[in-house]
Amino acid sequence: MTDIILSINTDLARDILTGFIKSEVTRVGLSHAVVGLSGGLDSALSCVLAAEALGAENVLAVRMPYKASSKDSLDHAQLLIDQLGVQSKTIEITDMVDPLFKLDPQISKIRIGNIMARERMIVLYDQSEVFKGLVIGTSNKTEILLGYSTIYGDSASAINPIGDLYKTQVRQLARAMNIPAPIIDKTPTADLWEGQTDEGELGFTYEEADKLLYLIVDQRYSPQEAIEAGFNEKFVNTVTARIRRYQFKRMQPPIAKISNRTIGYDFLYLRDWGT
Amino acid sequence: MKLNLALAQINTKLGDVEANLAKHLDYIKQAKSEKTDLLVFPELSLTGYVLQDLVASVARKPTEDDLVFKHLLKASRDLDLVVGFVDEDYRHRFYIASAYLSNGKVLHVHHKIYLPTYGLFDEGRFFAWGDSIRAFDTRFGRVGMLICEDFWHASPPYLLWLDGADIMLFSSASPGRGLNDKEKLESARWVERVIKAYASMFTSFVAHANRVGYEDGLHFWGGATLFDPNGEEIAIGPYNKEALTFAQMDLNQLRRTRARLPLLRDERTNLVQKELSRILAK
Repeated sequence: MTDIILSINTDLARDILTGFIKSEVTRVGLSHAVVGLSGGLDSALSCVLAAEALGAENVLAVRMPYKASSKDSLDHAQLLIDQLGVQSKTIEITDMVDPLFKLDPQISKIRIGNIMARERMIVLYDQSEVFKGLVIGTSNKTEILLGYSTIYGDSASAINPIGDLYKTQVRQLARAMNIPAPIIDKTPTADLWEGQTDEGELGFTYEEADKLLYLIVDQRYSPQEAIEAGFNEKFVNTVTARIRRYQFKRMQPPIAKISNRTIGYDFLYLRDWGT
Repeated sequence: MKLNLALAQINTKLGDVEANLAKHLDYIKQAKSEKTDLLVFPELSLTGYVLQDLVASVARKPTEDDLVFKHLLKASRDLDLVVGFVDEDYRHRFYIASAYLSNGKVLHVHHKIYLPTYGLFDEGRFFAWGDSIRAFDTRFGRVGMLICEDFWHASPPYLLWLDGADIMLFSSASPGRGLNDKEKLESARWVERVIKAYASMFTSFVAHANRVGYEDGLHFWGGATLFDPNGEEIAIGPYNKEALTFAQMDLNQLRRTRARLPLLRDERTNLVQKELSRILAK
């Protein structure tokens, strides 16, 4: 197996990512940020970065448990809130989503998971208005590439500081930023149902996936070259298929072009236009 | 002869030329108070970098009657200036450009000749390609200007050298990329390496002004540098924040270095031309 090193200079990452949050929040005339804090690693890192960028008092961490959510998730989120001194709110989503679940007794786990993820998005964007802060994204590069997210749910945000960090890099940066050990060491889970784990659902570990994604995406290896570098063929095929299949989750919906100038094709401006 | 140089690594407002002009005038004032002879701003310092469909609306002509350049030309009576802007020619082609202003006049305008249109870059879609590489005379000697991708290619600095430039002024809006476990970003290491190499190989002064700040997810890393004709680093600015970096060029160093190391004297330009002709005739 080719030796693949994903470690990063965490001081530099911290500098660039906190600068990004500060720049992108303040240039729209705001000074606050809202982060949905799940108790997991990714949202913990986004929250720490936002607190460092904007000052803890300017960050609102929102815990949004469902009645079946694990107690650990809430406790771990609280651990970070206490450590950072950010503002916090707990808004339980049970009463918002249960009526929808009840409409269909046959409702699947996937639908339940998606509804909860989207309900949390609604709560966060509502708090964004209340707190006058931008919603900070918590999706990492691994899950974005694997499409392991709910579109318009957990994938929705105003800006995302950690979307170019693989999960193993998120863990490295989290350690450097003193995120409490129980959060760093726990098994990654979306906590949408009991016993759910990311790696169990995906069928491989983040460490394996990160190394392969790094070769394919960052280093532009062909799938064949990745196999020659020592990766299992079936694993390579699974991952490359996921990257392609979930491209839609990484894009704005395409607009059918009929005019001479169409949003998305030839009406091209950065979001930071004029700022 | 000593030249007091200042390198302005500024952030810009995307598409807001007036706001960026105000920042230029502010930096000019600071530089002037430090007795600066020459102040260099980064690529597209008056406009911001990822302009896309803003190109036409931010374009200027570097003339006295231009509402932006008239202020800069006036300021250039106190110190020489290099500014980055979008130049519109009389047939409405738009160029990424650097203007050298001195004593109220435009001494030279360089149009970027290599427009990166790959990876995260899309310049060729929005801009016309410059088609000349010229050194020009200033009160400090002969100077050459290049913009970012221009010096990722070896030939433009080489041609400037042969055209008499002893001072090369490079400007960039270089997006940071390639974070690994090293001390600096890959993009920063690459640029510093090649600039140092040009100073060494061409026994010339090479200065680089790179912008800072963010545009959407891109960040620009700063780290202005000056290397002397021995290839030694004279000054380096901070990374990722605005700064005005002052450095002095002892222009007599050109003579001392070239007396020791006559690379310019020994450069076999006829041989280069002969072999280039042969290669291109293939």
